[in-house]
Formats: sequence, structure tokens, C-alpha cells
Amino acid sequence: MEYSEKVVEHYTNPRNVGKIENASGIGEVGNPVCGDIMKMFIKVENNVIVDVRFKTFGCGAAIATSSISTEMIKEKTIEEALQLKNTDVVNNLGGLPPVKLHCSVLAEEAIHEAIADYYRKEGKLTEEEITRKCNLKKHSCESCGI
Amino acid sequence: MKTIYLDNNATTKTDEEVLNTMMPYLLDNYGNPSSIYKIGRENKKAIEDSREKVAQILNCEPNEIYFTSGGSESDNTAIRGIAYSYKNKGNHIITSKIEHPAVLETCKQLEKEGFEVTYIGVNKNGIIDLEELEKSIKSTTILITIMFANNEIGTIEPIKEIGEIARKNNIIFHTDAVQAVGSVKIDVRKLNIDSLSLSAHKFYGPKGIGVLYVKRGIQFNKIINGGHQERNKRAGTENVAGIVGLAKAMDLAYRNLEANNEKVKELRNYYVKQIKEKIPYIKINGDMEKRLPGNSNISFRFIEGEGLLLNLDLKGICASSGSACTSGSLNPSHVLLAIGLPHEIAHGSLRISIGKYNTKEEIDYVIENLVEIVGRLREMSPLWEKFIEEENK
Repeated sequence: MEYSEKVVEHYTNPRNVGKIENASGIGEVGNPVCGDIMKMFIKVENNVIVDVRFKTFGCGAAIATSSISTEMIKEKTIEEALQLKNTDVVNNLGGLPPVKLHCSVLAEEAIHEAIADYYRKEGKLTEEEITRKCNLKKHSCESCGI
Repeated sequence: MKTIYLDNNATTKTDEEVLNTMMPYLLDNYGNPSSIYKIGRENKKAIEDSREKVAQILNCEPNEIYFTSGGSESDNTAIRGIAYSYKNKGNHIITSKIEHPAVLETCKQLEKEGFEVTYIGVNKNGIIDLEELEKSIKSTTILITIMFANNEIGTIEPIKEIGEIARKNNIIFHTDAVQAVGSVKIDVRKLNIDSLSLSAHKFYGPKGIGVLYVKRGIQFNKIINGGHQERNKRAGTENVAGIVGLAKAMDLAYRNLEANNEKVKELRNYYVKQIKEKIPYIKINGDMEKRLPGNSNISFRFIEGEGLLLNLDLKGICASSGSACTSGSLNPSHVLLAIGLPHEIAHGSLRISIGKYNTKEEIDYVIENLVEIVGRLREMSPLWEKFIEEENK
């Protein structure tokens, strides 16, 4: 399997690894059975994501997509972060092998889950509004449906 | 950066002595062995001498040896060839859940064609359940195909016992011995083996050449049609250099069998012992006694195998894993699932297979790097975080 230089660079030196104590929001997606779990921690101040960290169990692509997506949403407003699409992650990485595209979906979903968690803690929106706003899905892992 | 090759169960480096034996057949004696002139005739003789050598090592007759393109072709030919040949006698085949895809996929294909296949299980160390084997025999069973040694976890199967069961029930016994030949002494007569596959590149020979042994008297339909080579059982101009290389590699392997095995086993045991001491929360897969000398398979809990392999590759270390991400499918290795590993532990497996060219310095370098990489990947893993939090409660 051939990974792009950017993917190699990110799994070799992943950015923003770790966790945030008292995070504003935490999102965890994936399943150990499928072989990948992503956990995103965000710190929000005045509607801006001032810090973001991740922990990932998974392959090189899972680590690289987690790493680059933390860079892509840092210093962005919540609304901007919600605009991030998995295809943007893939493009920024210089492409991913087809069997690894689901990793980028997981990264997008982890961010959405973390923001949803932030909204829940904030307590201003109903669950229905959060689900719609964050585009939450029932299944985290589309490829295996678990 | 130096390459440290620890994937000897996948393939091996061609021995220079083997290569030197092959060269004249590529550069000077390149004639077609079926031709009448000297550089053809001489090749014919080289093939027959090689056949004799192979037969001697396996303790069979030269006319029971067929040269093929490798393990996969030998397995396909044996299983399909025998199944088609004996379909009037019955349509039932018994195999195991931990076979190489060359066997499993062939069996699946035969199922589509109307054959019935039973896939028997293994215990937690990967050893075939002989009782289950006996129980699955039917009046329609024509073939038992069970591997000699497993390519992922190195487990050596009770081949003699399986052979006896097959003989007692008048069933043909084929064994995929691709992983075993070169490191296990094999006497096909004593072991009651009717058919066997082997491949040269697993024991320092060239790629693209293998052997199918089929006991005299056992019929098998030919799979590759064309010329009359290999006593009309396998068409195609013979890979003369490959055949000569295979025989040489096999000769070298068996001449130095004990010394090589001893060295490789010592390095393997050293590696496993060090990893056990230095890295907590691991699982050693397979049987430590009934095992190929160079094979190790360890699951590092809370991390995923591909991430591990990529990081090892950055350090010049070649190894393999049974994780889904490296298999190109969504499931981890069928072998690791068959021995009862949960998916998440199967995903974190690492096969290090040691060969005759490896040194203790290389193993030390691998251990040092593994400790660091596993530690770093665990720090990154949410599963590890959760585990530690629960431990501290």
C-alpha cells in the first residue's frame, strides 16, 4: 500500500497528540473490532476552538487523518469546524488509498461528536438540534456497519 | 539505512550459492529441455538430477515429483486435480480453518462447483482438533487437506496422526508444506502423506518455482494444459534455472538443517523472552513447542498492527502483521480469529520471522525500537488510556 508523503509525515510526527483536561467537548468514534478508534478533545473559548488534541487506535492512515484534522480546525470557529468535510482531509493529505478513505470519515465524525458534546455541556440546544447541526450519524463505522 | 529483514516466513533472500548454481542455465545452457540439441538435452538432465535430489530428501520416487510455479499452483493442482479425479467416489473434502488462502480459496471455488467442504477448527495454540477431524469423515470424503505448518503463527500440525487417520479411512491426504519444508525433516512415507506442496523461495531458493509431490497410484487431473512436460501433468517449458536452484536450496537446507534451526530458534527465543520482559500486556500467539524455529507472533494490546509496521519500516525493519489494515480486508487474520483472539487483539499482532542471515545485533536493534514504538503508540491510543484509568481505580 502506497501512502503519500504527507501521510507518512503525519504518522511519523503526529501533531496535537494527547488529551485536554476539562475539555469543552470530547468525541469518540470507531470500534476496536474494526481496528480504529478516534478520540478528539476540544477546548472552546468565545466560540473558537483554541486547542484540540487527539488519541487514536488505528493504522497509519487513521493516525495521519486525526493529526491533520486537528491542525485544520485549530483556531477555527465552531461553525467553520463543522464545515470540515472528510474530502478536505483527504485532499490536504495528498490523497489516501481507497481502502483507507473511511479513516477520513472517522476524523470528520470525531470532530462533529466533540462539538456535539460541547453543545450538550453548554445546554443551550436540544438533542434534536445538536444532531441536526452536527450531522450526527448512528453508525460511526460505515464500512463495517458496527 | 540498513535493512533488517525479519519476514522470512513471507520469503527469503536467495542464497548466493543457489544463485551461482542457477546462472549457467540462464546464460549458457538456455536451451529448451524438450529440444534435441546439446544445450537442450543437458537441461533435461539437470531437471532429472534435481528431481532425484528432491525425491531423495522427501523419501519418495523421482516420478512422484512434479515441478510447478510454486506453492499456490501446487495446492491448486493437488486439491482441484484430486477432487475432479475422484468425484465419482465422493464430493466431500476436509480442510482446516487456518489454511493458506491457496487452499481456502481453492476449497471455496470447489464448493461453488458442487463439492462439500468441512473446515475444522483448531485449539487456542492453533493445533488441529484430531477428534473433530475423525468425526467429520463421511462415506463421501475423498480428500483431507491440512497444512504442515502455519504461515502466521508457525504451529506445526500433527501430520503423522492426520496421515494415519486418512490411511485408515482410505482417504487421500494432501498437505500444504510450503512453510515447513526447509526447516522440518519430512519423510512422506513415514508420515503417510499422499500429496505435498512446497515452494523454493521459503528456504533461500528463487521465487516462481515449487514442487508438487503426488504418491504413485493417486490420480489427479491436470490443471494447466498444453505440452507434455512433467509426464503430461503440467504443461509449460520448464523453469530450468528455477528447478536447479530449488534442488540446490533444498539440499543446502537439509544438509545444514539442525545447525540452522538451532541458531534461528535461539534468536527467536531470545527475542520472545526480551519482549516478554520489556513490554507488558502482550499475548504470544501459537504453540511454543510445536512451532517453526524462526517464527514468532505476538499481539501488543491496545495498538494496531499497521501503525506498528509503518514505524518499524521507518527504522528499516521488515516484519508483518495480521491486522485488517494490512490484509486489505476489514477483518483481521483468519488464523488469529480461529485461535480465538478477539478482533482488537488480532489487530495488534506482529509476526517477526527470523532466518539464517539474522544476527543477535539485529534482534537487539528490533527489541530496542519495538519498546519505543509500542510505548509511543500506546500513549496515542484511547484504548490504552481507558485501560490505565480502569487499572488506577
